[in-house]
Amino acid sequence: MKPEDAEEMRRALLGDGATPSGDAEAPAPDQAPRPPRQVGRSIVRGIGETFLTVGALLLLMVVYQLWWTNVESAQAISQERQTIVDSWGKPTPGTPSPSASATPTAAPKPSYGDGFALLYIPRLADHVWGLPIMQGVGKPILAKGAGHYRGTAMPGELGNFAIAAHRSTHSEPFANFPDLRKGDKVYVQTKTTWYVYTLTKTDPTLSPTDVWVIEPVPGKPGAKPTQKLITMTTCTPRYGSTGRWAWWGVLTKTQPVSAGAPDGITGTA
Amino acid sequence: MYGWIFRHLPGPWPVKTLLFLALLAIVVLVLFQWVFPWLEPRLPFNDVTVDDGTGLVLPFLR
Repeated sequence: MKPEDAEEMRRALLGDGATPSGDAEAPAPDQAPRPPRQVGRSIVRGIGETFLTVGALLLLMVVYQLWWTNVESAQAISQERQTIVDSWGKPTPGTPSPSASATPTAAPKPSYGDGFALLYIPRLADHVWGLPIMQGVGKPILAKGAGHYRGTAMPGELGNFAIAAHRSTHSEPFANFPDLRKGDKVYVQTKTTWYVYTLTKTDPTLSPTDVWVIEPVPGKPGAKPTQKLITMTTCTPRYGSTGRWAWWGVLTKTQPVSAGAPDGITGTA
Repeated sequence: MYGWIFRHLPGPWPVKTLLFLALLAIVVLVLFQWVFPWLEPRLPFNDVTVDDGTGLVLPFLR
């Protein structure tokens, strides 16, 4: 087909003589005064385009939330894990010699946002295997792993070591939270010590205001803790924010990092 | 709007199409990189993160 034939054919197909391309010889349709019918048409077209655009934007937002936050968080999580592991390699600032802090519970409290432990849950191994635990439960923190409720016990301390993580979006660490069973092991690694918790009970019917779940003795405000507990909280239903789901466990074993990883853990950082 | 943009892009139609796709890609990039991260914490389903005055609230976790 010759080029002039193609041009003629396109004009014929377009019917009204409007040229979609920027051909110099054809007057742009915008410049000619429009008959009223065409104005009406362009208004309707504009409204239609607006609706389509809004729909596309909403879809993009959903794609961002459900997919892209996972991609971004996966990166952030491995960076944070590396930061934590690196910080363990260095002596704690303010400590004159490493041998001075021989007791594992004497570790200083991390400041807000600092990662201080790694979480391993064999049952949730595809998401929670070396998951960073950081101080605080703000959104930027939960985008990089699990958050530790400030004011609750540290790992291995008497009381309640309470953590939270996303169940969907932001790498969804606790995506398979419902798979957990009584007796499952939860491993928390700090600079000096491995803590092994065994899950004991759960409640999937909590509301966001049920803050008693992270009390030192859950459900008994002000009671003196006698046990070393862990509490893990996440959202329920998945993709929703109306309810909360908690699992509790009790410390069953501690082991210094120098003695190697505990049974059930292989190939750790 | 889209027609207007398309008409004002230079070149023959394959070039216009490429340019148009490039524009779309830029828009999506800006949205994902800056607009959505800014918007996310401001959405109404995202509102139970912190102390609401009555005490601690379990954070929004989805």
